[in-house]
Amino acid sequence: MPAQVITITSGKGGVGKTTAVANLAVGLALEGAKVVCIDGDIGLRNLDVILGLENRIVYDIVDVIEGRCRLKQAMIRDKKLPELYLIPAAQTRDKNAVSPSDMNRLIKDLRNDYDFVLIDSPAGIERGFKNAIAAADRVLVITNPEISAVRDADRVIGILEAEEKGPGALIINRLNPALVKNHNMLSAEDVLDLLAVELVGVVPEDENVIISSNRGAPVAFDAKSRAGQAFRNIAKRLRGETVPFLDLDHTGGLWQQFQRLTGRK
Amino acid sequence: MSETNSLIQIKGLRDGLLVSLDDAPWEDQRVALLARVDRQPAFFQGARLALDVASQVLRVNELVELRDRLSERGISLWAVISESPTTEKTAQLLGLATRISKPRPEENRQYAVEDLGEETALFLNRTLRSGTRIEFSGHVVVMGDVNPGAEIIAEGNVIVWGRLRGMVHAGAKGNRNAVICALDLSPTQLRIAEEVSAVLRPRENPEPEIARINKDGKLQAELWSPG
Repeated sequence: MPAQVITITSGKGGVGKTTAVANLAVGLALEGAKVVCIDGDIGLRNLDVILGLENRIVYDIVDVIEGRCRLKQAMIRDKKLPELYLIPAAQTRDKNAVSPSDMNRLIKDLRNDYDFVLIDSPAGIERGFKNAIAAADRVLVITNPEISAVRDADRVIGILEAEEKGPGALIINRLNPALVKNHNMLSAEDVLDLLAVELVGVVPEDENVIISSNRGAPVAFDAKSRAGQAFRNIAKRLRGETVPFLDLDHTGGLWQQFQRLTGRK
Repeated sequence: MSETNSLIQIKGLRDGLLVSLDDAPWEDQRVALLARVDRQPAFFQGARLALDVASQVLRVNELVELRDRLSERGISLWAVISESPTTEKTAQLLGLATRISKPRPEENRQYAVEDLGEETALFLNRTLRSGTRIEFSGHVVVMGDVNPGAEIIAEGNVIVWGRLRGMVHAGAKGNRNAVICALDLSPTQLRIAEEVSAVLRPRENPEPEIARINKDGKLQAELWSPG
């Protein structure tokens, strides 16, 4: 079966696109899928750092497109997962070095040999974003439960619809159940109410995400982290499995659990 | 070459270049336009282009394709003018202008305010997401939500069968009798003619409301009540 090409995008910067790509790639590879992730943020590459592969980069995506190396030479194998590869972005070039048709050609060469191609999109809705969605079969829009991020996600979903890439599916990242409970943060329902698209996952706020990103080992490797669990669940859903959503309220401590048991909440 | 030239007319406008195409097959027109651009790259470099496509029916893919080709050549497509409603809708979806400051001759007619009653309405059976801008010379009816960051500018009334959370300007040409109705009226901003109202207090349980300019000349919203 040819690879499913999935682009992760957001409009707004800093909501967790790169973290999501790294973790979904790890989650899919842990499930036994053959995965390639592509850093589409040319000029501001990050995905290599989060995967802990930056010191192995010899060639990058622009080298492939401009014919300075073969595709296989630019594909870096993960340290732990032999079926996970990264095609890094160029750090010294900008988005104009790649065109949507270049992306289509590159991905055509990957389709037959892998199960998933994940593309990390840059922030914004300009050239780099257009490149990132050009070859996508499916687009995941990631947002935080904040008004500004949700509005940008809405804009991106509108553009995806206009470009006939489907409405996209949504990941809500960095939800803090305690803040939601006190009405200090938009809930997943509030976000869905506005965006009205399919939800593929809600990832709770978790400091392990930052710790593991800095270590170069995505949190999806961490069996105990709730964010890691959420990302692994999304990976399973991308493979077509039905996985129930995490009960995020559970982090609320004994008192809430007691309330739940006694039916008061 | 003279053959391809005949398909395309180019003239300068205040805000860019206006390229007029005729009804010949789209593929020919597209090729001719790009060929023309490639012959004089220096002239077109950095240009803002408005495209008059006459009655061509264009889909999103076709416009996106052309926009990409043009942008690769350093040209930004900013408007698509068409007699076809489908094409106009496509252009709106892509955030392109559908009118340029110099009106087309047939739009030159000035409507008296009373005429608006018989004016046409634009029916949009979808949710307008952030970044969408709808401009229309008549009434606008939306069957869906108007999300924050979306804008509707209508010369007539605006009816939203859904949640209105974006910006709506009714009576944009000065019709103070224009109204704005929505099932849930929680806009970022409302304007009727020259009156502007900032946030209306959001309701816990939204009910249909209608906003109009009241006797004191203020923009005000009231609950809809039957009869």
